[in-house]
Amino acid sequence: MANVSIRNVRKRFGSTEILHGVDVEIDDGEFVILVGPSGCGKSTLLRMIAGLENISSGEIAIGDRVVNNIAPKERDIAMVFQNYALYPHMTVRDNMAFSLSLTNASKAEIDEKVGRAAQILGLNPYLARYPRQLSGGQRQRVAMGRAIVRDPQVFLFDEPLSNLDAKLRVAMRAEIKELHQRLQTTTVYVTHDQIEAMTMADKIVVMNAGNVEQIGAPLDLYDKPNNLFVAGFIGSPAMNFVKGKVADGAFTAEDGTILPLPPSAAGQDGRPAVYGIRPEHFRLAGDGLPARITVLEPTGSETQVMAHFAGTPIIGAFRERIAAKPGETIRVSVDPMAAHVFDGATGQRIGA
Amino acid sequence: MTNATVEDAAQGANIDVPEHMAWDSRARRTITIYIPLSIFIVVLLFPFYWMAITSVKPDYEMYDYKKYNPFWVGSPTLDNIKKLLFDTDYPQWLITTMGIATAATFLSVFASVLAAYAIERLRFKGAQHVGLAIYLAYLVPPTILFIPLATMIFQFGLFDSPLALILTYPTTLVPFCTWLLIGYFKSIPYELEECALIDGASRLQILRRITLPLAVPGLISAGIFAFTLSWNEFIYALAFIQSTEKKTVPVAILTELVTGDVFQWGSLMAGSLLGSVPVAIIYSFFVEYYVSSMTGAVKE
Ligand SMILES: Nc1ncnc2c1ncn2[C@@H]1O[C@H](COP(=O)(O)OP(=O)(O)OP(=O)(O)O)[C@@H](O)[C@H]1O
Ligand SMILES: [Mg+2]
Repeated sequence: MANVSIRNVRKRFGSTEILHGVDVEIDDGEFVILVGPSGCGKSTLLRMIAGLENISSGEIAIGDRVVNNIAPKERDIAMVFQNYALYPHMTVRDNMAFSLSLTNASKAEIDEKVGRAAQILGLNPYLARYPRQLSGGQRQRVAMGRAIVRDPQVFLFDEPLSNLDAKLRVAMRAEIKELHQRLQTTTVYVTHDQIEAMTMADKIVVMNAGNVEQIGAPLDLYDKPNNLFVAGFIGSPAMNFVKGKVADGAFTAEDGTILPLPPSAAGQDGRPAVYGIRPEHFRLAGDGLPARITVLEPTGSETQVMAHFAGTPIIGAFRERIAAKPGETIRVSVDPMAAHVFDGATGQRIGA
Repeated sequence: MTNATVEDAAQGANIDVPEHMAWDSRARRTITIYIPLSIFIVVLLFPFYWMAITSVKPDYEMYDYKKYNPFWVGSPTLDNIKKLLFDTDYPQWLITTMGIATAATFLSVFASVLAAYAIERLRFKGAQHVGLAIYLAYLVPPTILFIPLATMIFQFGLFDSPLALILTYPTTLVPFCTWLLIGYFKSIPYELEECALIDGASRLQILRRITLPLAVPGLISAGIFAFTLSWNEFIYALAFIQSTEKKTVPVAILTELVTGDVFQWGSLMAGSLLGSVPVAIIYSFFVEYYVSSMTGAVKE
């Protein structure tokens, strides 16, 4: 096991720069998830850690060894690919034993390690099968088994669950997390699915267009997004944004609606700003502000309401059952402690 | 050899015929598939048939089409074959040809594997240009190449030695096999190699344990191709070999069985027929790989 340091790493393909100076510190044993929209450079960064792409500038260290010029096989890492990359001409057992068979491991040692990995992943009945004879979830497990037997310093996962159906994805999510708790191996995991990121990570790195937008624990990102991008990316349904400006210790939306400011964002009069409120932070209140309902989506446990509020389409989520119909108006209030305010020009968070 | 491929194609066309096929569409299938295929087969197989019956025809039947049906044998004889096998060096020619074709094939496939892998996977600087240049080399006709090659053969003192052919055949075989294998390697997911790289394999280990096992159909088609061409090659074999006993089958039957103006048709045809047997056998063993390498990539 080891920590991983990524220091001011840049990546250029030809003349286009894909990563613009990324800094991430990953502690020993941590489960870190790189998340971001498609094309933001997550896979590229992961492949640079693996040694499959060279590093244009900056430094990557695993443990206390800078690995910029070290070949993948010397880095003591294991990687699980999105399409699993199982060797089609080898049985499950041989797939898992491949890396060991390249070292001078004895047959007994290989059998023992493969057996243990198969045990952990429940692959014992399939050891003699070929990858084409396995289901998607089983292949996924073999890919993980292949990583486990190597007992590496760092696990790298590139969207390992994206080829599975929704139900299996949830099951495998739990399985990977459990595996991590059991092995305590430093893990870097790439996904574009923010739910996966929220549920699995010790620490999330939100990336956008080759930059790191914010690094933090899942709930920290949820409660205190640094900027509009993170605020909009983390959370589902996404945070609602109302444009306007700060005036007289309150927030004035473009249509004139006055919303209460969180105390830390006060004293910024006249500044253009964006007011952010998560769907579940609206409250039904008789003396609140009007929201005209466009669509109602009751799910049983909660009701999602799409509505027009302060001149903007918003989504609210309410625990209460709502009797009103589309076209009617309900009154809602906003808790200033749960609201977020972002600078209108830079998108950065205002106040703590 | 050709019949195997054609039959395979016919089977392929057959696969998705449901049982309850309506009559009119069955009739349409007959017209669009079976009749054209039958014509195709007849045209392709007729030369073999002709070769086969001629090799067992007695001479008097061969030259008298009025009295004897040219498409049939009245009284088959093994004289021609006996003459071929016992009065000429035919068995020796077969062995020589086999040896030369096998050696040239292994040499070419070996070189092509290394070249194709380097061009497709190592992606060194200028790899694409090298790939193109190799392909262009394939387009140079042997009739032009053989003059400079002849000079080299003489200077190395290889004239009239099987080595002359073993070393010259790859000049055409390597470019084509390389080109074929580049295409085949391309169809193997690069991820597999990256994965093996992380697993700790060296390039040579990857080639041997991942890429080559997955490229077996490609290797086989390259091998068949190289073997067939070496087996049938004529110009170099005619130019670089002089001694009767060292000749290859295609050259030998033409130079040794045509005495002056006299074509010994029976033995000639027997020689050609026996000469195509090894190739046909090899094809029939590997036809499935051959077809799959022409039509598809690696199956997961
Ligand atoms: N070999 C390459 N040559 C040129 N550009 C590349 C290359 N590989 C990736 N890119 C570019 O780098 C950017 C980041 O790609 P990357 O694969 O890291 O995205 P990603 O964040 O993993 O996206 P996804 O979620 O879709 O997998 C993309 O714009 C892509 O076009
Ligand atoms: Mg990716």
